[in-house]
Amino acid sequence: MSSDLDVFVGNTTLIDEEVYRLWLDGHSVAEAVARRLRGGVLEREGTSVAVLQSDTRDHYRTFQMLERLLHAPPRLLQQLLFQIPPERQALLVQRYYAFDEALARELLGKKLSKGTKKELDEVSARTGVGIRSCRRQFDNFKRVFKAVEELRGPLAENIQQLFLLPPALARDYAAIVFSGIWGLWERFWGFLGCPDPPFSSRDYAAIVFFANSRFETGKRRLQFLSFGDFAACAQSMMAHWSQGALAPEAADPDGDLPKSFLQDLKELKVLVSDKDLLDQHKSLVCSALRGKISVYNELEANFKALSRALVNVGGKLTHARDVRDFFVDLVEKVIEPCRSDKWSPGDLRLFLTHYTAAPRNLPGFRHQALWERYMAAISACLLRMYHD
Amino acid sequence: MPGKLKVKIVAGRHLPVMDRASDLTDAFVEVKFGNTTFKTDVYPKSLNPQWNSEWFKFEVDDEELQDEPLQITVLDHDTYSANDAIGKVYIDIDPLLYSEAATVISGWFPIYDTIHGIRGEINVVVKVDLFNDLNRFRQSSCGVKFFCTTSIPKCYRAVVIHGFVEELVVNEDPEYQWIDRIRTPRASNEARQRLISLMSGELQRKIGLKVLEMRGNAVVGYLQCFDLEGESGLVVRAIGTACTLDKLSNTSAFLPACNSPSKEMKEIPFNEDPNPNTYSSGPSTPLKNQTYSFSPSKSYSRQSSSSDTDLSLTPKTGMGSGSAGKEGGPFKTLLRQQTQSALEQREFPFFTLTTFPPGFLLHVGGVVSARSVKLLDRIHNPAFVGIMGNTRSYKLLDWNSFNSDEPETRDAWWAEIRQEIKSHAKALGCHAVVGYSESTSICEEVCILSASGTAAVLNPRFLQDGTMEGCLEQRLSWQPGFFSIGSEKGEVDFFPQSQDSSSLLGIEEASPPGCGFCHIPYDELNMPFPAHLTYCYNCRKQKVPDVLFTTIDLPVEAIVVGKGCLIQARLCRLKKKAQAEANATSISNLLPFMEYEVHTQLMNKLKLRGMNALFGLRIQITVGENMLMGLASATGVYLAALPTPGGIQIAGKTPNDGTYEQHISHMQKKINDTIAKNKELYEINPPELPEEIIGSPIPEPRQRSRLLRSQSESSDEVTELDLSHGKKDAFVLEIDDTDAMEDVHSLLTDVPPPSGFYSCNTEIMPGINNWTPEIQMFTAVRVSRLSNINPTNQTLNKNFNDLCENLLKSLYFKLRSMVPCCLCHVNFTVALPEDELVQIAVTAVAITYDKNQALQANKAPTEKSQQRASTDNEEQLQFPLELSSDPLSSQPFSPAKEALEGASSHTGIPAAQRATSVDYSSFADRCNSWIELIKLKAQTIRRGSIKTTTSLEKASPLAEGYLRHRSVPSGTNSTVSVVKMTPLSFLPGAKITKYLGIINMFFIRETTSLREEGGVSGFLHAFIAEVFAMVRAHVAALGGNAVVSYIMKQCVFMENPNKNQAQCLINVSGDAVIFVRESELEALPVPAPTAQPAGSAGDVTT
Repeated sequence: MSSDLDVFVGNTTLIDEEVYRLWLDGHSVAEAVARRLRGGVLEREGTSVAVLQSDTRDHYRTFQMLERLLHAPPRLLQQLLFQIPPERQALLVQRYYAFDEALARELLGKKLSKGTKKELDEVSARTGVGIRSCRRQFDNFKRVFKAVEELRGPLAENIQQLFLLPPALARDYAAIVFSGIWGLWERFWGFLGCPDPPFSSRDYAAIVFFANSRFETGKRRLQFLSFGDFAACAQSMMAHWSQGALAPEAADPDGDLPKSFLQDLKELKVLVSDKDLLDQHKSLVCSALRGKISVYNELEANFKALSRALVNVGGKLTHARDVRDFFVDLVEKVIEPCRSDKWSPGDLRLFLTHYTAAPRNLPGFRHQALWERYMAAISACLLRMYHD
Repeated sequence: MPGKLKVKIVAGRHLPVMDRASDLTDAFVEVKFGNTTFKTDVYPKSLNPQWNSEWFKFEVDDEELQDEPLQITVLDHDTYSANDAIGKVYIDIDPLLYSEAATVISGWFPIYDTIHGIRGEINVVVKVDLFNDLNRFRQSSCGVKFFCTTSIPKCYRAVVIHGFVEELVVNEDPEYQWIDRIRTPRASNEARQRLISLMSGELQRKIGLKVLEMRGNAVVGYLQCFDLEGESGLVVRAIGTACTLDKLSNTSAFLPACNSPSKEMKEIPFNEDPNPNTYSSGPSTPLKNQTYSFSPSKSYSRQSSSSDTDLSLTPKTGMGSGSAGKEGGPFKTLLRQQTQSALEQREFPFFTLTTFPPGFLLHVGGVVSARSVKLLDRIHNPAFVGIMGNTRSYKLLDWNSFNSDEPETRDAWWAEIRQEIKSHAKALGCHAVVGYSESTSICEEVCILSASGTAAVLNPRFLQDGTMEGCLEQRLSWQPGFFSIGSEKGEVDFFPQSQDSSSLLGIEEASPPGCGFCHIPYDELNMPFPAHLTYCYNCRKQKVPDVLFTTIDLPVEAIVVGKGCLIQARLCRLKKKAQAEANATSISNLLPFMEYEVHTQLMNKLKLRGMNALFGLRIQITVGENMLMGLASATGVYLAALPTPGGIQIAGKTPNDGTYEQHISHMQKKINDTIAKNKELYEINPPELPEEIIGSPIPEPRQRSRLLRSQSESSDEVTELDLSHGKKDAFVLEIDDTDAMEDVHSLLTDVPPPSGFYSCNTEIMPGINNWTPEIQMFTAVRVSRLSNINPTNQTLNKNFNDLCENLLKSLYFKLRSMVPCCLCHVNFTVALPEDELVQIAVTAVAITYDKNQALQANKAPTEKSQQRASTDNEEQLQFPLELSSDPLSSQPFSPAKEALEGASSHTGIPAAQRATSVDYSSFADRCNSWIELIKLKAQTIRRGSIKTTTSLEKASPLAEGYLRHRSVPSGTNSTVSVVKMTPLSFLPGAKITKYLGIINMFFIRETTSLREEGGVSGFLHAFIAEVFAMVRAHVAALGGNAVVSYIMKQCVFMENPNKNQAQCLINVSGDAVIFVRESELEALPVPAPTAQPAGSAGDVTT
């Protein structure tokens, strides 16, 4: 006797977290049942495999019907079809948009295009994330990106409102999406109108940041960096460089202010192009650090190269092509030399502190505020990236 | 012009894309009522149109208001071709027609299409201005309230319970008209939905008229059903109980009490000894007489024509010619006389109620049921031509306005069955039938009509005919000057309307309230069926039967030992495929055997659980092409007043065979073990009777009663206790062939629910009283193929049994997160849609309860608390110590436990509060305040249209809808207000403050892309979810937050996988209500648990 039709519908929609997880991971009903069996639910509840199958199928059907709504989470809140308590709705959305970091790292800096989607098979093999889950996550990134790319206003809030994501998750999303398309680089500044929005979607914004600027993240040199590193870097850049960091009220969605910020960064070149300034800067830093740092000799020898690298990275940010190399430059010209000289993270921190502070005492240097704003993000990035 | 209907179309949202080119929709709305149609402007290129229409006004008479549904159609405007329909909303405006119910219908309604399901939502506001109409000859019955609830609704008091009302209307089924061959499935479905909506409106209006004629003002226990008879038509029939209800807020006016009830008592002498009755015995069970009349003229009922016991029910006004004369006459005359006269209606002393005000129910005789097999004949309906020419395409044909003899046939069929029921009741010495219900099962052209109820003797006081004023006076004069029964203190809060009546009972009858209803109403010398009588174990004054079967809920005052449980008897019988009369005859021949076997199964299973009474018994016989199925569900309990059931003994036929005997004894042991286990499981520890009270056993009770024939008058002397039966093993199962062996095996296959679960099919679970407010109503449907090549009754039985057991198992598994909980009102419906296909639909509600904490009387008194109190009193008096061996096993009657509860009363209160707040706090840790904020934010977002982030929503209808529901305590800021649904008449831990009207909805869903929609399961899953959503939306629009007494009356599913098609019809009903949590009534509203950051709260303009 076989059951052709077997449904269970509750007035309050039942959500089984375990089955939801299995569904999100892309398991078929049969696989899910097998996994639940291994989980020992049979012994706990004293039920039969048939019951478990029927239960799993019911949940899968519910999730399939819900998926349409999960693509636009605010609709989930308004729809009348499923009566789901608010905390359960939040759980559904959060889990649906949660992603595997390994996968996100793979996708960083890649175009969210059909081509990339076709490569997901390999990505799946490399990361160990199920292919169906990979596709779903990829589609999530793409959906988020599409939804926010045309929008004005603070990115973080847009993402928050459109996808109802918790802050941590939203931050990560931003990092991925921003690594995709350079064309939005300038708009990016507009998105960051609010430095610390109430539901800071900082993670999310970081993803979008990378998607937009298409930073080069895939080079072998950068393999040692994790997704978390990039996300953190994107966040500190957004936190310090967006116009909101200076004057939140003056948030200009058209991005004039950040553009001028980028332009202004060229002014900083004086620190390395003017021989006097460079020397004075060096002596100020060296005198401050003498005896406090274990790699003093190496510092003294490399100061000019380091300073040049640090300043030039900023100067190149106005050009799309050069922006790509932002992380590569930092690694190649700052992190790798320091590493080969065996700087400790503490050394680097001390150096950056004094390096940033010293120009205050440089006669004739007028861009003190700009400099510190610039260096705050660069320092944060370097410190985050400085590991094995 | 007695009424003006006003409709405003505000907005739509989430509409489907109708124009593929632009991915948008140009939507407009047609509003239709009767023959008048209005249209809104086209709102171009939007999926979220804002029509904000003017008020469309329909001036109509109230008859039309009652019959017609408001029909709202959303369309996509197309310049070049015909406009495409997006979907429809039918709104029943009946709730706006009572003065006390809803005043406005306003909210988001799902736009429903019979092919595509829900497609977006529409915001509508509906109002009605009613003008008073003093016309005595009016055809409308505005103002009569309808309740599906089968008890007196919680915020009302019954002044008079008038009695049975019934009506049916018949029409052609649009699906079977010739035009159906040329029109689209959508048009056909919509025609059907609209027709049924019209027919229910008309039916309700007509019943209302009958109620008004009976001087009632409400119908309680209203049950409306559809018979889809295929080509012979569509029958909509309804039964209910007419009452005069009084809103409870007025009660204080009646409290000043005077006295002298004696006058009334004389006027209606209550007859403890029913008249002697020479009724021949039916089946040897309390499940009284089923007759199977294929030919309608079988005059089985004439024998019992005496109407003495009818006194209180037959109206005493001039029309009371007595039913005897009529019954003597041929059926035809009888039926002809059955006009709409309200007085004549009371010819059937039936009550669809299952729960009664205390004191109403005096004695219960047992279950009475009648079935009859009919052939549905193809009728040549002369009105058919007329219909087609009519502008109102489906003019209703009811038997008053139209001479087709067809509806009269249906009416006659039912009248015949009711007559039978009535005579059965009389045979049991009862003058009334309570818990009465009717049902049909149709297969092709054969139809089984069934009716069943519980024969009972009622307190005539509630049934007085007369004017309202008269009744009020009576009530006043009946008010006793004292409330003597201490145990009812707990009840006063909950059933204020019953204060007087229950104490009245105390005056009127000497018997204690906890057992009175068990006392036999019939004469023990002329018992209608062989039964073992004993003296009541509670009062020891009156006789009680050894088992009691009823269709009603457990009376509030009943004293119960332990907990109850769901008991089902399941049965299949093969039948040859046959045509017409031959088919009907073979079904008629099978029915008695099925009834007998179902009954035997019930009896065995009851004994196996160590219980002695069944409540809420519902036997369903379903007819299919090649088999009959019987499913009986009931809730077994141990009534303290009834004797302890004997065990089950197995006797083999071939005693010589050693191994066989060994096998038998093995089985016997298993059975005994099961009984012992069940007793433990359901906590059935009846008090052991001390020897001196029991006295010496008297061998054969029936013989004895013969001996005592002459002195029966003195039989109520306490000294003559006959308690022998309690010691006796009554039941012997003979195993004489493999079939019987199978039967015994099947007895043992019923698995008890996993720990933490209880189940029952009555409103409340006997023995559980500390409900917590979490409820989960659900519907589960299964269709299984009985894929046997050569099916036998045994294999079919086994398959069917497994199907039901597995379904239950799967429910327990699904709801495991709610443990400890109880499945209440478990309602199984069996259908046989095709050869070899069995469809089972279950609707029930899971209610959580607190295992360890008994509720404080002032915290949340339930009906059960009174029961418990009285039980405790009872047992504390007689058996102070014996029961408390394990106080922690939540033995509710144990005095030790009671003491424990009293001691822990201080800690108990915070525990209760914690329990109620669990819903919201459990997840709060993880997703702190952002959820709250998201929810607020989401109201300001329109899908896909964010150009600026500031809210555009100031004029949004959402705001209005939200404000409307502001008063509804939901505890969250969700945009969609939560609507609870339950098949019960109450919500645990909550108080119903207002009834908003009846919900009665009929939907058809069809698909031509079954595979694409996820197969049959996906299709039905979505449809049931949609039905729930539409019910909730209607309730929310009425301003309500719950549906009580919800029932899915029909779920007809048909599939044609080869054509990739399926169709399903669902009919649901219930009462829309507003409830308030008891905790909120007592304390000031507690602020929301999660604080909202001030900054973002300012953003929210809604």
